[in-house]
Amino acid sequence: MQMITAQDMTALINKVKAKMDQVNDYTAEGKMKTDVAFIKAPIGRVKVFYKKPNLFKLQRDGGISILPKGGVTVNMRSIITTNDFMALDAGEQVLNAQKLRVVKLLPNADNSDVILTTMYIDEANLLVKKAVTTTRENGTYEMEMQYGKFAGYGLPDKVVFSFNTKDYKLPKGITLEFDDVDQETKNRMKGKKGRVEITYANYEINKGIHTSVFK
Amino acid sequence: MWTLFQIELYKIFRRPRTYIAFAAITALIGVVQLGLKVDGKEYAEFVMADFNSSFAVDGNILNGYFICYVVLQLLLVHVPLLIALIAADMISGEANMGTLRVLMTKPISRWEFILAKFSASAVYTILLLIWVAIQALLLSMLIFGTDDMFIMKSSYAVVIKADDVFWRYAGAFCFAALAMTTVAALGFLLSLFADNSIGPIVATMSVIIVSTILSTMSIPLFNAIKPYLFTSHMITWKEFFDLKVNDMNEAIPGTIQNPQKLWNSAMVLMAHIIVFVGAAGIIFKRKDVLS
Repeated sequence: MQMITAQDMTALINKVKAKMDQVNDYTAEGKMKTDVAFIKAPIGRVKVFYKKPNLFKLQRDGGISILPKGGVTVNMRSIITTNDFMALDAGEQVLNAQKLRVVKLLPNADNSDVILTTMYIDEANLLVKKAVTTTRENGTYEMEMQYGKFAGYGLPDKVVFSFNTKDYKLPKGITLEFDDVDQETKNRMKGKKGRVEITYANYEINKGIHTSVFK
Repeated sequence: MWTLFQIELYKIFRRPRTYIAFAAITALIGVVQLGLKVDGKEYAEFVMADFNSSFAVDGNILNGYFICYVVLQLLLVHVPLLIALIAADMISGEANMGTLRVLMTKPISRWEFILAKFSASAVYTILLLIWVAIQALLLSMLIFGTDDMFIMKSSYAVVIKADDVFWRYAGAFCFAALAMTTVAALGFLLSLFADNSIGPIVATMSVIIVSTILSTMSIPLFNAIKPYLFTSHMITWKEFFDLKVNDMNEAIPGTIQNPQKLWNSAMVLMAHIIVFVGAAGIIFKRKDVLS
């Protein structure tokens, strides 16, 4: 009987982690775009805070913001900074004309909310370009990262979260709307995939953040 | 005619009945504001239960702009009754008191008389809406503060930037003024047919109730007549609170999703006012006021 074992990619993940470990904390300002078929929202400003090992907060900078539950608060760092996982090689894949290493991360803890994370890693630059995470509570979502001047710290300039959305319907008796929705609007509502794009304008790295910010 | 108009306004605001409407609106809005101030979170959670299962909404949702929207949704269904109290009494009240004959001895044309009376009831309607605006919008802004406006529609949710809201309310109140003036015109027309106020007031409300039911029922038989019922167009003010989106599904500030619908509804309401007041003028010109 022949046993096939996937190659352990813990070494690669540890290298990516070491790169990320340069950052103890950061604050970033950015613009957030919510693209969900049944939400009409303008672009809003957000502020993001991170502190090692896994404190992360995304807060609106004025106005009302709508975020998919769970997805945005789980960031790459909080997944990678956990040592308790198994990293398996899943081959190579080309994404945006770039060959990337595909690594599957399986948490060892039975009670972890994350069931599986698939990472698409640029091995040369040690950057996670894409991650697909399946959770117990919040379904599956994708994160695609684009890097720029903060690539040296493993910090993206743009993050795109993609997630599945449920149907949304509110009784007309509550909204007191008695008009039928026109066909154009109905067609637009058919999109089932939601996206949240955050484009970061600047990062302040390792300036120190008090833990009270995350409460 | 200007003097006649001033006299009619004086007569309206001299009657205690006129102030019932202002007091009722103050009480109604006050109750809603109190309720939402105390238990607003529960209300928001109830309305957003479906939405909250997938999304986290961060920010001051229960702000003055949102409260005003809730109040207007509730109130603009009932304000016609308060308008009918005055408008449907304009001619019938005079007939009831026997002053109509005396008025007709004055050197004024019947058309001038009708226009002055209707203009006075239209001013009352507009003042009532200004009072609603002060109470529902300005007072709510003061009590609940301001932020972006988050509205749950039956098929989608809309977020409007705080600095993009106020002009929408200005437009919505102007539109509501047109809608309520239509109610005033109907009440005014019906006031020609009775010698007491109760009949025209009840008749006005009955027409509005029946038309509203026909407007709201999604039955194919009634769908054909819906566009011609003024009650179908009275709720079009909500269009001010819907934005256009671009190809990237980004809401475009400063836009209205369907301005043509607003324009069409405004024209239908305007046409109703002209027909009601015109009919009132023609009927009154031929009316025997000697009896």
